[in-house]
Amino acid sequence: MTPILIAEQVLNGLQSGVMLFLMAAGLTLIFGVMGLINLAHGSLYMVGAFAAAATAAVTGSFLLALVAALAAAAAAGALVERLVIRRLYDRDHLDQVLATFALILIFSEGTRWIFGSFPLYLDIPEALSGPVTLPGGIQYPLYRLFIIGMGLVVAALLFWLIARTRLGIRIRAGENDREMIAALGVDIARLYTLVFALGAALAGLAGALVGAIQSVQVGMGEPVLILAFVVIVIGGIGSIEGALVGAILVGLTDTLGGIFLPQIFGLFMDPAAATQTGAALASMAIYVLMAAVLVWKPTGLFGAKS
Amino acid sequence: MLKQLLASAALIACASAASAEVKVGLITTLSGGGAGLGIDTRDGFMLAVEEAGRDDLEVVVEDDQQKPDVAVQIADRMIQSDKVDLLTGIVWSNLAMAVVPSATAQGLFYLSTNAAPAQLAGKGCNPNYFSVSYQNDNLHEAAGAYATSADFKKTFILAPNYPAGKDSLNGFKRFFKGELAGEIYTKLGQTDYAAEIAQIRASGADSVFFFLPGGMGISFLKQYADSGVDLPLVGPAFSFDQNILQAVGDAALGVKNTSQWNKDLENESNAHFVEAYLAKYDRLPSLYSAQGYDTALLLLSAMDKADISDKDAFRAALEAADFASVRGEFKFSASHHPIQDIYVREVIKEGDILTNKIVGTAIEDRGHAYEDECKM
Repeated sequence: MTPILIAEQVLNGLQSGVMLFLMAAGLTLIFGVMGLINLAHGSLYMVGAFAAAATAAVTGSFLLALVAALAAAAAAGALVERLVIRRLYDRDHLDQVLATFALILIFSEGTRWIFGSFPLYLDIPEALSGPVTLPGGIQYPLYRLFIIGMGLVVAALLFWLIARTRLGIRIRAGENDREMIAALGVDIARLYTLVFALGAALAGLAGALVGAIQSVQVGMGEPVLILAFVVIVIGGIGSIEGALVGAILVGLTDTLGGIFLPQIFGLFMDPAAATQTGAALASMAIYVLMAAVLVWKPTGLFGAKS
Repeated sequence: MLKQLLASAALIACASAASAEVKVGLITTLSGGGAGLGIDTRDGFMLAVEEAGRDDLEVVVEDDQQKPDVAVQIADRMIQSDKVDLLTGIVWSNLAMAVVPSATAQGLFYLSTNAAPAQLAGKGCNPNYFSVSYQNDNLHEAAGAYATSADFKKTFILAPNYPAGKDSLNGFKRFFKGELAGEIYTKLGQTDYAAEIAQIRASGADSVFFFLPGGMGISFLKQYADSGVDLPLVGPAFSFDQNILQAVGDAALGVKNTSQWNKDLENESNAHFVEAYLAKYDRLPSLYSAQGYDTALLLLSAMDKADISDKDAFRAALEAADFASVRGEFKFSASHHPIQDIYVREVIKEGDILTNKIVGTAIEDRGHAYEDECKM
C-alpha cells in the first residue's frame, strides 16, 4: 500500500463523488422545490448518455455530444414534467413513486425501441485520452481529471445560480413556501418546469460524461439513482451543499472501502476469505455511513430542522 | 417492438399449429439491459427452425425480463396451459436454477442454450437436462490453460461477487500454473473500475484475467485502455462477443479470449450458419446465436429419430447428438454436457467491424470438473 496508490484512489473517489453530485443535485432540487420523489431521474441520465452517443456517432464531436446530452435530457425532463409529473404534485408520495417507476419502464423500452438492444459506443475524445503524470509520480487518466474539473465547475455555477440570481431566489422561495410565492405573482407552473428541466439537464450531462468511460446501455441509470438517493439522504433533502458534501463522502467511502476493507481483513484472515468478506462489507459501507449520519443528524448533514 | 416479436413468434407458431407434435417453450431475455443476449439466442434458434420448415414443431417464445420469478411463472404457464414438451433458451444461471430442476422433475426435457451451472452438471444432473453450450467453468478453465501456455507468471484476476464469478475464478485457477498477483471480487453491476485498475498497476502483475459479462466488461475495457496500464488481458468470450464488441471499440483490439465457437471455424455447417444469419438478420452472429442454432439442430435431429412421447427413445436420440454442429464435431459426456475443444480467439478489425479470429486451441476435448459427482 504505497502513498501513490492511496492518492490515486482518493482521486477516483473524488471523481465518482463529483459525478454523483450532478445526479443528486437535480434529485434534491426537485424534491426540495416540488416535494416530488422522482424515480425516473436515472432514465434522464440514460437519455443524456444515449443522446451523446448518437450525436458523437454522427458528428464525431464530443463537444456537440455534450451539448446534445444537455439539450435532450432537459427537453425530456420538461416534456415529462408537463405531461405526467404536473399531475402528481398534490398526490401522495406513493402515487409519485408508482408513476415515476412507470416512467422508468417507458424510458427503458422506448430507448430500446429506438436504439436497439445492444450497447452503444461512445469514446473519450482524442485530446483527453490517455494518462498524465501528476506531481508525485501518480499516473492518472486525463479524462477523469477533466470530469472532476467539469463537475466542480458545474457545482460552482449551480451555487451561483441558487445564491445570486433571480431564478435562484425563486427556487429558494419555492422550497420555503410555495403558496406564498404563487400569491406574490410568480408563475409556479413555469418555475417547476424550469427546475425539472435543470435537474434533468444535470443528470443528462452526468450520463454523457460517464458514458464515455462506461457502457451506454438501457438501464444504466438505475444503479446510479440508488446511490444518488443515499447522497441526498446523507446531505439533507433539498440542500445543494448537502448534495455536494454527501456525494463526495459517498464517492470516497465507496471507492476506498472497496479497496481497503479486503486488505484490512487480509491482515488477520486468509486471502480468499478476506476478499470475500471485504467485498461484502465494502458494498455495505455507504449504507452504514448513511445510517451513522442519520443517527447523528436525523435530517441529514445540511437538512432543515423538521 | 416486443409485441411484434411475440406476434411474429406466434405467427410462426400458428403456421405449424395444425399438426404440431413437438411443442417447445423458449424462455429468454428480450427486454432490459440483457436483451441482446436473449435476442441472439432466439434468432439463432429460430433460424434453424425456419430452415427446417417442419410443420410438426411449434415454438412459443416468452420474455423472462432477466428475473427468476418471471421465468418461473412463464415456465409454469408453458408447462400447464401450453403443454410444452421441452423448454430451452434461458441465458442466466440464476434463472436456470429457478426453472430447470422443477421442469425436469415434471418429466420435461430442458436443452440449455447457455447457462450451465455446476449444480446441474454434478450432483443435480438429470437425465432430461442437456447443456448444448458448455459447462459454465469451461471458458474460464481454457483461459487458465492459455495463460499457462502463454507463460504468464503473475496474473491478476477479477470477477464479480456472485456465484458465476466465483466459479469463474476457480475455473481459471484450476488450469493456471503461475502465481496470482492479486484476486478481487468486484460488485455485481459495477461500472467504475478505476480503483481495481489502480490496484492492478500497483500489483506488479504481468497479465490480467477478468470475467465481467455485459456492460461491466465494456466499462472495464474502456477504462483499462485509457489508464495507461498495458499488461496483456485474457478473458472468456463474453466480454468480446459480437454483440458488444462495437460498443467496446478499439479498446478490445488484440485481446485474447476463449470460446468454443467462432465465425471462422472451418466446417460446412458453420459457413452456412454465418452466411444465413447475416442474410436474415443483417448482423454477424454472436456466441449466443451459435448456441441457439446448435440447440435447435440437436432438437431437430432427435425429432428425426424418435417420437417425443417416447421419452426414453427421445432421450437416446438427444444423447446421440447426431447433428452437424457449427462447432464441427459434437458429443455429449455421460452427464449430458459437451466434450469439446475450446479455442483462443483474438479481437481484430475486418474493415470497420470488430470481430474475432481463432489463433489457437486452449484445451482439447474438455468435459467438465463435476462429471464424477453426477450419478444417473
